[in-house]
Amino acid sequence: MMEIDRADGRTPNQLRPLACSRNILHRAHGSASWSQGDTKVLAAVYGPKAGTKKNENPEKACIEVIWKPKTGQIGKLEKEYEMILKRTLQSICILTINPNTTTSVIVQVVHDDGALLTCAINAACAALVDAGIPIKHLAVAICCCLAEDGYVILDPTKLEEQKMKGFAFLVFPNSIHSVLPEGSLLVEGEPVEHGIITSVTHGLMSVEEYLKCLERGHAASAKLSDFLRRSLKLQLPSDSSKAK
Amino acid sequence: MGLPNVSGDLSAEMEVDAFRRLFPLRFYERHLSESIRPDARPLGRARDTTLALGAVASADGSALAKIGSTTMLAAIKMEVMSPSTDSPDEGCIAIDFHMPPICSPIVRPGRPVEAAPVVSKQLSDTILSSGMINLKELSLVSGKAAWMAYLDIYCLDADGALFDAALLSAVAAFSHLQIPIVSLNDDGKIVVVSEEGEGGKLDKEPVNKEKRKLTLRSLPFSLTCILHKNYILADPTAEEESIMETLVTVVLDSSSRLVSFYKPGGPVLAYTSAVQDCVALTRQRVKELKKILDEAVSGMEID
Repeated sequence: MMEIDRADGRTPNQLRPLACSRNILHRAHGSASWSQGDTKVLAAVYGPKAGTKKNENPEKACIEVIWKPKTGQIGKLEKEYEMILKRTLQSICILTINPNTTTSVIVQVVHDDGALLTCAINAACAALVDAGIPIKHLAVAICCCLAEDGYVILDPTKLEEQKMKGFAFLVFPNSIHSVLPEGSLLVEGEPVEHGIITSVTHGLMSVEEYLKCLERGHAASAKLSDFLRRSLKLQLPSDSSKAK
Repeated sequence: MGLPNVSGDLSAEMEVDAFRRLFPLRFYERHLSESIRPDARPLGRARDTTLALGAVASADGSALAKIGSTTMLAAIKMEVMSPSTDSPDEGCIAIDFHMPPICSPIVRPGRPVEAAPVVSKQLSDTILSSGMINLKELSLVSGKAAWMAYLDIYCLDADGALFDAALLSAVAAFSHLQIPIVSLNDDGKIVVVSEEGEGGKLDKEPVNKEKRKLTLRSLPFSLTCILHKNYILADPTAEEESIMETLVTVVLDSSSRLVSFYKPGGPVLAYTSAVQDCVALTRQRVKELKKILDEAVSGMEID
């Protein structure tokens, strides 16, 4: 296997430096900013608010996502991101707890240097935790890129994304290992955290290469979920009271 | 309707319909435990698919695709434009997906549907990713003129699996597309040569001699599946999609390469076995769709 030299000197499995801060916006019920290298996304959560939208099921809570790009008008790309984020967050939230309510998640792109969707999902998750919305488990997002010779690299920058033949955004539930080091539940012989919540791919790849991306994604999600758990734990529980 | 011990009288029929409306998930699970669905399809089978090429006579390429009740009309209009400076010998494709109110009771006039821009973007990404169309073929005069293909897909009936039907109609429309003949007129502009009567009076030679078709490599075909507990249902109807919300769309091209594995969230997680099962179902479906498309294309050529 040919070693790929990445422009910033990272190994293929190495993620960019991660930074997560919570509670940065004071009016929002929950907020977080997440950055991976130069890509930075700010997420704010307002809710639960009373009432659901017209076509939504009133017996469950509803999540509404608004995606704000850094520049330019809102177009189809933003609508797609909103839909993907909404369905991903709906699958991690416990929707039966607050029926007939709407929780709004607003995502603002601060800077895009590759792996934007993964950054946004991670930020939205952290903001939901900050707001105290009941969720089943966290969602950990990772981006895997495929080079021409089948080599997989993680967490690409924008330049790397453009040169690759394909990439896959994967979202997994977070690993239970940080809480229960003795092991996790097995479903069909695979640990629960290997199930894909969301997968979006671009570019042509073979099925085996996609499965290889999945494996790398599993390994990286364990590291990411450790980071998430550590950074979300640092805040004191006393600042969870917010004016609604 | 598939439930055991249904007697023929009206009261039993009313009960089944009421049960279907009041407890849709239990209604479906009773069927799934017998490995069948309410419309008597086995779990892995897609609905009947038909394709009609040349549905819109005034368009340069068009197709009408029906998967079960889901109906999509795709039409391509070609226009000459000047190519961008960073790709002077490439044409351009603009894909748009419309959901007019005729297609579904949840679509109201004036209020844009959430699904439409998402399917539109998915289609553009898939068609560009798959490399089906070589944009250099759309070039006329390098740096000065190139074709812009406007592909519009109208959903006439939305009954589940919208992306599959839309992609099929787009691929069929491109297979049917014939690039019009153009010539250079006195002002140095490209004009389209009309079919009738121009015969011996052409001042300039046409830039392209005859109507030609695009060479399409590796056509992409897709299959949407629903994951529900341990079951994988291929090609869902709108009712199934609204009850069991986890959808997976797999797009494979004719050489079995993965163009897209699209799973936008959903309560059920997809493990590696589910991924492989979905890909296997899609491989079968690609063979069926390729056959249907080839039959439709050869049917047009005989005429």
